[in-house]
Amino acid sequence: MPEILQFEFMRNALIVGLLASVACGIMGTYVVSKRIVFISGGIAHASFGGIGLGYLIGINPVLGALVFAVASALGMGFLTRRTTLPEDTTIGIIWAMGMALGVIFIGLAPGYAPDLFGYLFGNILTVPSSDLFLLVLLDLIIIGVVIALYKEFLAICFDEEFGTVVGLPVETLYLLLLTMIALTVVVLLRVVGMILVISLLTIPAALARQFTHNIRTMMLLAVLFGAVFTLGGLWLSYVLDIASGATIIILSGIAMLIYFVVSRIRRHYQADEYSSAG
Amino acid sequence: MAKGLIEIKNVSVRYNGTPVLEDVNLTIADNEFLGIIGPNGGGKTTLLKVILGLVKPSRGTIRVLGKSPAGARKYIGYVPQHNLFDRRFPVNVMDVVMMGRLGSRGIISRYSTQDRELAEQALRTVGMFDFREHQIGELSGGEQQRVFIARALVSQPRILLLDEPTASVDPAVQTEFYELLDSLKERMAIVMVSHDVSAISVHVESIACLNQTLHYHGPKEISAEVLEKTYQCPVQLIAHGTVPHRVLKEH
Repeated sequence: MPEILQFEFMRNALIVGLLASVACGIMGTYVVSKRIVFISGGIAHASFGGIGLGYLIGINPVLGALVFAVASALGMGFLTRRTTLPEDTTIGIIWAMGMALGVIFIGLAPGYAPDLFGYLFGNILTVPSSDLFLLVLLDLIIIGVVIALYKEFLAICFDEEFGTVVGLPVETLYLLLLTMIALTVVVLLRVVGMILVISLLTIPAALARQFTHNIRTMMLLAVLFGAVFTLGGLWLSYVLDIASGATIIILSGIAMLIYFVVSRIRRHYQADEYSSAG
Repeated sequence: MAKGLIEIKNVSVRYNGTPVLEDVNLTIADNEFLGIIGPNGGGKTTLLKVILGLVKPSRGTIRVLGKSPAGARKYIGYVPQHNLFDRRFPVNVMDVVMMGRLGSRGIISRYSTQDRELAEQALRTVGMFDFREHQIGELSGGEQQRVFIARALVSQPRILLLDEPTASVDPAVQTEFYELLDSLKERMAIVMVSHDVSAISVHVESIACLNQTLHYHGPKEISAEVLEKTYQCPVQLIAHGTVPHRVLKEH
């Protein structure tokens, strides 16, 4: 066993990283394809209210975040469907309300909020073994729901109106999809932190999209990329002794950049070849 | 006229108090090929949505195959206005067509071999079988249109509704498109709406003009005067020769 894995916190970090890759690869594919990146960002930020509540009433802040993430997902989905408020306005309101509640809760909580920075920006090295069970459960729920409703989710993401015409309960399915994103936010919380969750929901799936137009393949590739980025980032942060969450994100961003530069050069080269041949 | 597949009686629709449809009466018979023309904002899409049960009329009644529109939805194939989906969406032609089987398959359960066969058959009908593995956005406008028709056909509908089907299709392809519809009309009634007067080809059997109110002209020619009344502006009846046309004369 490599030296790095001698520590329990490192083994836990590895497991959490893999669990996060699975969730972000699957749900990120929907987030990117259906273009609901900012709803997802809103859900993530609003979950801060739950972290604050956790500190205030003395429960695990991850559980608090779970409750707030699901509530804000349902709230945003419901408000964008049932009111005339524009979607981005609704997202902005709930995003800020959740965070404001978090600030108030933390202010009211007695004493000092330990590890708050870890929830905001991620600290994969401090995940206790007791949290692993919850993360495994959330991953299983996400996988189960996506397998069961694969064709329905595909249909409402591609063309909601047609979904309605063929009699799908489009609104319920959409709320369920947002709820699965909320669960994903919670899984990613310890890895990159609430503020940076959106990176893992977008980059691996967006990169996967460059290689396939099949949603199933895209999910698998996104899980793979997510695993490479989280584990690679974790290792880099260990070697360089820098923040793990931010390193994971910078690594993903650089990979995306490299992909675009390489494909640009390659296209340019192919175009040259074509013109000289012609 | 025989009892219609679709019977619309005194239907009015308002959006936030603004009338969109006013006292519309229309009966569509089995195997009829009806073209509804009217200006943008004249309520054409709304009328289709009323037939689909997606928009509830503020007044009047509508029966589709003797049922409520929502109850009859599975007998209707719908080809929505073309440009409403994200062309980059990661889905291939076959999977798009399979979505037409969602109404016949229960939620959660998987698509069956029969669903797959019906989808392949529908793709052959519209001549798009060889493109089944392509990503939807890679296809031209006319090819996408065919795929969406296949998606509507795969539920084996009694009625086919098409919203602005020729909007993104160039005239050369339109001729093929009408030949396709012509081959389908033996199996189902077809209702097509368009703002484009030239979209109403020789294959369309009856015509209605819609601009808030609906004027049904049945299987006969319509005059420039009628069109002007619908569009509320002078309309010149010219079109290119590649699309076969009805000669429009006074009646």
